Amino acid sequence: MAETVATPRSFQEIILRLQAYWASKGCAILQPYDMEVGAGTFHPATTLRSLGNKHWAAAYVQPSRRPTDGRYGENPNRLQHYYQYQVIIKPSPPDMQALYLGSLEAIGIDLSLHDIRFVEDDWESPTLGAWGLGWEVWCDGMEVSQFTYFQQVGGHDCKPVSGELTYGLERLAMYVMAVDHVMDMPFNDPSSPIPLTYGDVFRQTEEEYSRHNFDGATTEMLFRHFEDAEAECQRLLDFPAEDPKTGKTIIMAHPAYDQTIKASHLFNLLDARGVISVTERQAYIGRVRALAKKCADAFRLTEAGRDAASGDAA
Amino acid sequence: MPDLLIELFSEEIPARMQGMARDELKKRVTDGLVEAGLTYASAGAFSTPRRLVLALEGLTAESRPVREERKGPNVSAPAAALEGFLRSTGLTVEQLEKRADKKGEVWFAVVEKPGRQASEIVAEVLEATIRNFPWPKSMRWGAGALRWVRPLHSILCILTDEAGASVVPMTVEGITSGNETEGHRFMGAGRFAVSSYDDYVVKLRRAKVMLDTGEREQAIWTAAQNLAFAQGLELVEDRGLLTEVAGLVEWPVPLMGRIADEFLGLPAEVLQTSMKEHQKFFSVKNPKTGRIEGFVTVANIEAADHGATILKGNQKVLAARLSDARFFWENDLRVAKSGMAEWADGLKVVTFHNKLGSQADRIDRIAALAREIAPLVGADAAQAERAARIAKLDLRSAMVGEFPELQGTMGRYYALEAGETEAVANAARDHYSPLGPSDAVPSEPVSVAVALADKLDTLTGFWAVDEKPTGSKDPFALRRAALGVIRLVLGNGVRLGLRAPLTIEIVRQMAHYSARRDTPALSTAYVSLSKLGQQEIAGDLFDKILADANAEKTPEELRQLNEEFASKSADLLSFFHDRLKVFLRDQGIRHDVIDACLAMPGNDDLTLLVKRAEALAAVLKTEDGANLIQGFKRANNILSQAEAKDGVEYSFGADPKFAETAEESALFAALDAAEAKIGPAMSAEDFPSAMAAMAELRGPIDAFFTAVQINTENEIIRRNRLNLLHRIRSICSGVADLTRLEG
Repeated sequence: MAETVATPRSFQEIILRLQAYWASKGCAILQPYDMEVGAGTFHPATTLRSLGNKHWAAAYVQPSRRPTDGRYGENPNRLQHYYQYQVIIKPSPPDMQALYLGSLEAIGIDLSLHDIRFVEDDWESPTLGAWGLGWEVWCDGMEVSQFTYFQQVGGHDCKPVSGELTYGLERLAMYVMAVDHVMDMPFNDPSSPIPLTYGDVFRQTEEEYSRHNFDGATTEMLFRHFEDAEAECQRLLDFPAEDPKTGKTIIMAHPAYDQTIKASHLFNLLDARGVISVTERQAYIGRVRALAKKCADAFRLTEAGRDAASGDAA
Repeated sequence: MPDLLIELFSEEIPARMQGMARDELKKRVTDGLVEAGLTYASAGAFSTPRRLVLALEGLTAESRPVREERKGPNVSAPAAALEGFLRSTGLTVEQLEKRADKKGEVWFAVVEKPGRQASEIVAEVLEATIRNFPWPKSMRWGAGALRWVRPLHSILCILTDEAGASVVPMTVEGITSGNETEGHRFMGAGRFAVSSYDDYVVKLRRAKVMLDTGEREQAIWTAAQNLAFAQGLELVEDRGLLTEVAGLVEWPVPLMGRIADEFLGLPAEVLQTSMKEHQKFFSVKNPKTGRIEGFVTVANIEAADHGATILKGNQKVLAARLSDARFFWENDLRVAKSGMAEWADGLKVVTFHNKLGSQADRIDRIAALAREIAPLVGADAAQAERAARIAKLDLRSAMVGEFPELQGTMGRYYALEAGETEAVANAARDHYSPLGPSDAVPSEPVSVAVALADKLDTLTGFWAVDEKPTGSKDPFALRRAALGVIRLVLGNGVRLGLRAPLTIEIVRQMAHYSARRDTPALSTAYVSLSKLGQQEIAGDLFDKILADANAEKTPEELRQLNEEFASKSADLLSFFHDRLKVFLRDQGIRHDVIDACLAMPGNDDLTLLVKRAEALAAVLKTEDGANLIQGFKRANNILSQAEAKDGVEYSFGADPKFAETAEESALFAALDAAEAKIGPAMSAEDFPSAMAAMAELRGPIDAFFTAVQINTENEIIRRNRLNLLHRIRSICSGVADLTRLEG
């Protein structure tokens, strides 16, 4: 049995421990992507890097936005802005489950006292044209992570397969520290000279963004920006691969993918504003998916996305 | 005779797939072994979340040698023929034999296939099984190409005989077979080797794995019951949940907790569904209060604190879930108390089917139909209409949005809150029933009216727009809907000729459809038609309605429309008849018995139809009945032949004064006596008595045929006898068309 690990005292301590753990397991610790995304999967370090046969291992925190989940900071567990911890390893190592369980121990979950279960949950992202099989991981009946073996992303078969882990950080931290309301959770060490709670950091922004998402955002502008992002994505991909200035082959897969991310977030905002009907919804999702697929196609032609010639593809 | 043990060890297999996986593993491996010439005494398949296991006893150690002879070309045939034969057999000329044949000397190939070792065959069969396993969904992992339900980690495959165990050597995509496995993920102590199935089971248990699903189910059930019983409570039975939970754990440890008081006011179904769907908890009932007050969760680990931490965590998650449920319930109650108008409005924007309009459109049609059906099932028309109007409103409630399986159940609660009567509220709950062949059939009149209207609307709607089930495709569950109608009608003895309402509804549906597509003519037809209520619709009435609705339509167009309605209605009725045949066949009534009754008038009244079929089936089981059919058929054949030959119908009435023999006179008397009984029985629709009276004719008819020659020289006597046969035919044809019976 592993030696007992002390319970973390703050939200940030959990993040720091996960960072240290996955760094020790050889992951590159990346920083959050600097755009508004709905989930850690949207980070190009996951979406694009899961394509092609080049090996890859990364972990990062990703601030994520779900405009419809805004509750003005009042709901104990629902936020429109929250953090996900994301781990992506390609090819998925044979001991991926054991590595994951090690990360739970690292944040103070004693595996001999808790009931950890892998419960069937197939993952699908209609906007990314991606799917995989795996589980939601339960700790004492609570879902603490999503564990997925990617099978397809952007319409491409994943060869090799990436293993992806997503931790909902607030929920996990609340459970580990036995906090009932997210806003009461210590953000830094409670014995610091200036102790801060999650509420001190985010209560006001939750309120402001809830109002913005449901009532404030200008829908005409959002619709227009959606169209712009869609057009820009296409335009960037339509450039010839050859760059006349440098004479190099430069496919703008990442800049185009940024526009896909934008379109996806704009769609989420429009959805929160309640201006997208049930039938239109599918059409918008289809449009974002079409962009994601084109970006995936383009990425596969780049240096990072192309298959390495030999079997070992590090 | 060795025993075979196979274990495929993987990451967690979804619980819902384990049953199918056990069956397939057993079938595919045993089929493969038998096909390759091995036999075995017995086989058992097992599963846990992480392993799929097959154990065979008494496998033959090797397959029998096979000697195969093949005849080749004639010795004198061209060289090319011989070369072809050598290629196909893989032999050389020296290995062939020459044998004398009718056409001279012929080449023969004798191929001796030696027996093969069991281990060689097992390796081949298991590899093929793994590679072709029919998982509902499978995946790749890492850099490999193999597909399995989740990553496959190891293959244990051993043959055990008196001399000991040996590994069946094989490698599938880098996974090499061995004799090792591991136990429980958290309570086991590393990998261990096993030497036989018994050894495997014992060592697994030591490593905290209960191999047999049935044993795990039993362990869960017993322990959970004891936990509840110890506190004076009782466990609510749920077989499906039990099987699922047994598929989620290798070492079940049930733990019981209480539901916080603040949630006890939620409806029992809400508590049960929320706990089951989200947390896979069993419900625990307090027999004194009748309420759900506790839960049992099944952990997969024996924790040092006896599960205190686990239970606390589960309780916390449950509280969060039930807070959500209470939020939905309270919001819904507010809408319900204000009369549910918000939900009714909401259903206007919910599409039922793009050709059949919104849910609100559908509710309008069902309400009209329920009103019309009401008097036939003893329900108050206004109540039936009201019930139809509110029965589906809960589809817009937050609770049903979260738990679709609570549709109807919530409808009843909300209807009561809205001040509806008990009968109307019950109809909201029961109108979806019966859903399956064993689901209970509603019996309250208002519920029956709405349930029938709901299903008839679905069926006529999809028939109107030509979306009928084909082959195995029945996306709108129309077969189930038809069976539902059949069971509602028969279960409640409803007397309803379906032809007219089906036709009316199809017209209504098509009119509705046209109206939505801006074809005003038919929508006017719909309005006039719906005013007709229960009136029987005859062909010319259609013409009149349609002519009123659209004077511009030519008589030819009207005739075509009329035909279209009639043909769709007839097609739907025959769909009902097909479903009825399947239903009655399951009850042991032969299809030709049903055909014989279908040939009678009023066959769209399913209750009448089944009364006939049951009476006929019962009488066929008696000796007199079976013989009567023979006598009837003989009479009918002779008569039909004579009628065809003479070109007349012998129905003039036979006269007893021309009777020549005692048997003939006796038949006259027996027919008179039978008619006296059959007439009143038929008017009372007492088919068993009518059939019994017919069966009594068997003796006189048999005696008559033995004694009398029908086709005599004397034309008067012959005609009289044919007319007598005609009486037999008409008397015996009241219940069913006996000519359609087989044999």
